[in-house]
Amino acid sequence: MALSGRIATPPLTARESGLVACTRCTKVWPLGTESCARCGSTLVSRDYRSLQRVWAWLTVGILCYIPANLYPMLETRMLFTTQRSTIVEGALDLAAHGAVGIALIIFVASVLIPVGKFIAVGWLAYSVSKPLSMEPHRRHKLYELVEFIGRWSMIDVFVVAIMSALVQLNVAAAIHPGPAAITFALSVIFTMLAAQSFDPRMIWDTQDGRPPSE
Amino acid sequence: MRIVARPSARLSDATGGHGITDARQTDEIEDLIACPQCDALYVARTPENNMRVVCSRCHTVLIAPRQGAFLRVIALAVTVTILMVGATFFPFLQVHVQGLSNSASVFDAALAFMDGGWMLALSVATAALIVFIPVLRSLLVIYVLTPLAFNRRALPGARRAFRWAEDLRPWSMAEIFVIGCAVALVKVADLAQVDYGPAFWMFAALVVVTVFQDGMMDRWTIWRSLDASRPRR
Repeated sequence: MALSGRIATPPLTARESGLVACTRCTKVWPLGTESCARCGSTLVSRDYRSLQRVWAWLTVGILCYIPANLYPMLETRMLFTTQRSTIVEGALDLAAHGAVGIALIIFVASVLIPVGKFIAVGWLAYSVSKPLSMEPHRRHKLYELVEFIGRWSMIDVFVVAIMSALVQLNVAAAIHPGPAAITFALSVIFTMLAAQSFDPRMIWDTQDGRPPSE
Repeated sequence: MRIVARPSARLSDATGGHGITDARQTDEIEDLIACPQCDALYVARTPENNMRVVCSRCHTVLIAPRQGAFLRVIALAVTVTILMVGATFFPFLQVHVQGLSNSASVFDAALAFMDGGWMLALSVATAALIVFIPVLRSLLVIYVLTPLAFNRRALPGARRAFRWAEDLRPWSMAEIFVIGCAVALVKVADLAQVDYGPAFWMFAALVVVTVFQDGMMDRWTIWRSLDASRPRR
């Protein structure tokens, strides 16, 4: 850490100095500059319209998550029987076979993380307009967690892909992906986009007691 | 590294669009950086080797240069590309049951959704997330960094290429795929006997190399080098 001369909180922001920061390459430009001459990104001091994008992606993500749980994720055919299992059934099945650890991974990645993400992203977007909610440091931690963990929900889709490719043994056994695989993948992608749309700088504005106004 | 408290009026007045006249003030704005996560403003100083500059408010890493990082990143990116080509086409997992056996490569796994219709889209997406995007990122990084490592002028479109490489970072999911394999193994285990193919180990190595590569890359240093090597107008 090479930080010295820390000024008492809150630190001066680019916006207060009449500057606009490039979120991609961290360079600053005079307020009103439209695009970063170094990396070409569009410059916005605070992207309040991003909230609309967050809500839009989040809504589509939640809508896709519903059929993902109702329809089968996996169809297993063995000799004369065909077994269709949804995400939750698949996890319960694993637990019943004694693989409790793996069942937990699947349950956490496919149920807890997506649902937790819906709530967390919704809460972050909502709390921007509610200055006296959670402490900014904790909200920022939450945002980082959501950004980091979101991609890991894809694991169940990959499991389905691997199993369908591997278990193709004519009559003996065959596994096929169910319709839930695609809606689940879409749900993960849309919530990732929702989290990426959020402008975390808005978390910190409310801390300084200034209303978020453009 | 120090936080600057400077009257905002001075900077904004001095720079009316392109009308920057005072060279000293231009230098000042060149030196400033802002935390992309919380907008806190700092004067950028290159830290000593292996030190990191961290935002004092939200603890985002702002600058983390490494000695000779460009060459090492290029080497790792080449490694990732070679490993990925092997890992894609060699058999990945093999399954035996009642005298029947089948082996699957990563490519087969990506094509598992080829049943037609909408599933085709999922096949394309899977292939992209586990094979194409990681390879594309590596190639973009090689394209951007090779001239910089040898103190040459950046190739045309280098800045756009690096922007893409950064944007693609969350969509490169090779490591998730490897964990997915472990889960699939356990699921299939009571149905059939499963063996690892050579590609599994290549893929595992690839994930480790990717982690090192991402740890080496310092965006601030790269953007600054790209800035310095920009063609004169």
